[in-house]
Amino acid sequence: MGTEESKVLQVRDLHVQLKTKNGVTDLIQDINFELKTGKILGLIGESGCGKTITSMSILQLLNPKETTIEGSIMLKGQELNGLVEKEMRKIRGKDIAFIMQNPMNAFTPVFTIGHQFVETIRSHTNWNKKQATELAIEAMKQVNLPDPDKLLKYYPFQLSGGMLQRVMIAIAASLHPAIIIADEPTTALDVNNQKKVLRHLDKVRSEYGSAILLISHDLGVIAELADEVAVMQHGKIVEKADVFQLFDAPKHEYTKKLLNARSTLYLDEPVINLI
Amino acid sequence: MSLLQVNEVTHSYENRTFFKWKNRSRKVLSDITFSIEEGTCLGILGTSGAGKSTLGKVLLGLQKPQYGQILFQGHDIYNADKHIRQKLRRDLQVVFQDSHSAVNPRMTAERIIAEPLENYEKLTLDEQKRAVIELLEKVGLGEKDLKKYPHQFSGGQLQRVNIARAIALKPKLIVLDESVSSLDMVTQTLILELLRELKEDFGLSYFFITHDIKAAYTISDTLGVLEKGELIEHYNSKKDFFTSEHPIVKEMRSSMLAEHPRFRSIGTRNSTL
Repeated sequence: MGTEESKVLQVRDLHVQLKTKNGVTDLIQDINFELKTGKILGLIGESGCGKTITSMSILQLLNPKETTIEGSIMLKGQELNGLVEKEMRKIRGKDIAFIMQNPMNAFTPVFTIGHQFVETIRSHTNWNKKQATELAIEAMKQVNLPDPDKLLKYYPFQLSGGMLQRVMIAIAASLHPAIIIADEPTTALDVNNQKKVLRHLDKVRSEYGSAILLISHDLGVIAELADEVAVMQHGKIVEKADVFQLFDAPKHEYTKKLLNARSTLYLDEPVINLI
Repeated sequence: MSLLQVNEVTHSYENRTFFKWKNRSRKVLSDITFSIEEGTCLGILGTSGAGKSTLGKVLLGLQKPQYGQILFQGHDIYNADKHIRQKLRRDLQVVFQDSHSAVNPRMTAERIIAEPLENYEKLTLDEQKRAVIELLEKVGLGEKDLKKYPHQFSGGQLQRVNIARAIALKPKLIVLDESVSSLDMVTQTLILELLRELKEDFGLSYFFITHDIKAAYTISDTLGVLEKGELIEHYNSKKDFFTSEHPIVKEMRSSMLAEHPRFRSIGTRNSTL
């Protein structure tokens, strides 16, 4: 581990500023992290601490008129910061897939899921419609969606949130991206579906060796999935550690506060065995 | 006598069509019976679509059930006469999940909290303002927040305003319908702590609707599990939830996320270092 090849994404000194009428505000500062093949980095923090801004700046989705992004974002040796829109579009979806918080808003309501799925695949490959549909069905089978060929004809509003989020993971995984950014993938979901979605995310990781940036405010999600955790507060990463280390021996005051915020359950060994 | 007694409540929503014979009805609550004692909290757990919110509405007097009876302080809330009902309404308050849509965006926090006071108490403007400040301080806000509009508050702060409004008339029972679900973890804990403090200070009772097992466990004294409109389990001690053998409860337990990476069931088991 630690060789140059296994690091698919390197973020160095990322600094995002917001330009307003009254001057400039720092949104995030001195963000340093790297994603390694087949590993999951958890990013945790309160709402408004800059988690989503970090992911958006990696994908260059922020409005350049309102924000300035400084620092370097290296994807397999290619600098992403300042890349022209046309090049960036080739990377989004193919090399870096994005799973959004609210699956209901991520799809266009006026097109069928199949249309949107095939569109995503065809814009990154030169396959014809039939091949793309086959791939879509294959990808949907991977995430245990029943009757994929039927589902492709459905519109987003005909599916439940959990199913839609699984479709989203299928789309994200279908092109075997090197990196998946999952921005609060389970927050909008019913508790009973959360674990299923996380399980599929882990399956994608183990099958295609994608690196995952898992953004969440829920320590439970991090505890289930992450290998390494970065804790963010007020736009800065205050602590970065292995997940076991972080939960057992948090170093920073803020991490301790976060860990104490968990509603502590009656955690007896027999109870754990039952769960 | 219990504070609230729910007897065999059954309700279904009708899907009316032009042709009467095509009408469909869907049962959302069937034969629900339970009671809440003064100063205790009943947590109701259930998946989405189980009928939790309908039950909350029925208790609040917003949705008349087709069968059954709800006794609040000994009065049937749907068949009491007008001024008894008005008195009962005072003792029965609610806090919803989405704090932003529960307030009028064109009112300041002062007016939002003063609204129930205007309706029920005859206070001079000065007294009213003092009462509002006192309420704001009770929920961890202050005088500086009086003139703020809802959009100037964060989700957690606005939820505090909602709680202040709910406790303004010193009610007996508050229905909390997913009140902490859309907040982040730190805020969630703070609000739960606040609710617990208020419960002790005023001897409040809560009807706590949630899908979050951990939140329900933290605040409740007794726990009920609702599934497809039926109260399948009702525990007098919340610890029984973890030893129950009911298949649905078991499934709920298995969907809980781990507290610590040691207990994880998805990611890599061993430390990467």
